[in-house]
Amino acid sequence: MKSPSPKGLPRALLLTWVALLALLAATLALAYVPMSGPLNVAVALGISAGKALLVLAVFMKLFRASALTRAAAAAGLFWLGILFALAATDYLTRTVEPAGELSAPTGRNLPAEGR
Amino acid sequence: MSDARREPWPDPSPEPQYATMAQQAEAASFGMWVFLATEVLFFGGMLLAYAWARGSFPAGFAEAGRHTKIFIGSVNTVVLLTSSFTMAWAVNAAEHGRRRPTAWLLAATALLALLFLALKGVEYHQEWTEHLVPGLNFREEGPNAHAVELFYFLYFMLTGIHGIHVTIGIGLIAVTMVRAWRGAFSERYYTPVEVTGLYWHFVDIVWIFLYPLIYLVGRSGP
Repeated sequence: MKSPSPKGLPRALLLTWVALLALLAATLALAYVPMSGPLNVAVALGISAGKALLVLAVFMKLFRASALTRAAAAAGLFWLGILFALAATDYLTRTVEPAGELSAPTGRNLPAEGR
Repeated sequence: MSDARREPWPDPSPEPQYATMAQQAEAASFGMWVFLATEVLFFGGMLLAYAWARGSFPAGFAEAGRHTKIFIGSVNTVVLLTSSFTMAWAVNAAEHGRRRPTAWLLAATALLALLFLALKGVEYHQEWTEHLVPGLNFREEGPNAHAVELFYFLYFMLTGIHGIHVTIGIGLIAVTMVRAWRGAFSERYYTPVEVTGLYWHFVDIVWIFLYPLIYLVGRSGP
């Protein structure tokens, strides 16, 4: 359970912090680079996943935790996957209403309010 | 209370339902991970709404994303990542029985969290003056106005609920800090520091994903 260095600042934590800040700088810079199609968001989310993995592995010590604990963490991701996958079967297979209809269900008639 | 200040609390024995302190600590951390799994789904629903809306109105979301305050957002990401680092350091200090460093590092974490909320407040204020708050003072022209409103609705919901989590985290960290200062923890018992840390790192992870979804949308566009 104990980290190698008993005193002072543990090197692994410091390096992880530096890596997190470097990845933040990378994602910020790459966001301004025009890429084809959905590549920008794919890169941004990929870097986020990398940062999250660093936090999970080093700060939260997930991969050194008990099997039960790792199963709980995996269950969260698994059900998130179910949520997105089953929702996608609906949203990706039907026609989307135009944005102009968004205000209708609230009963407000936005254009008449003199916008 | 004043006795506890002078002398560390005696080494605790496990609650009756546990055989050892290690088993008790493992149960507590497992419980926090189960709670965090439910939190993943709590934020997951909102992220699904975001994914649908962004997929349906890409131009509106790109336009809305360029209205976000990228400087404050990026500084706040640095603040929160750093607070996660000081939190992990505090847990490390606690597991080595260094009680004053534990308390100081928890204090640093809580102060960084307060700084995050303060910057978020500045950001909300700017959005208010720019009439970007749906339902209260939203005013936007152009063909994408409704999609921009939808983005800002999701923005305030996601960052607002994240902010509530940060606020709860500050409370947890403050209580843990006081207990650490008074010597409640030792090498044998520091579970509250560890479990508070797990919660705090989760709040950080949520922000790690919110940052590109809010601030980096449409930055490569016109």
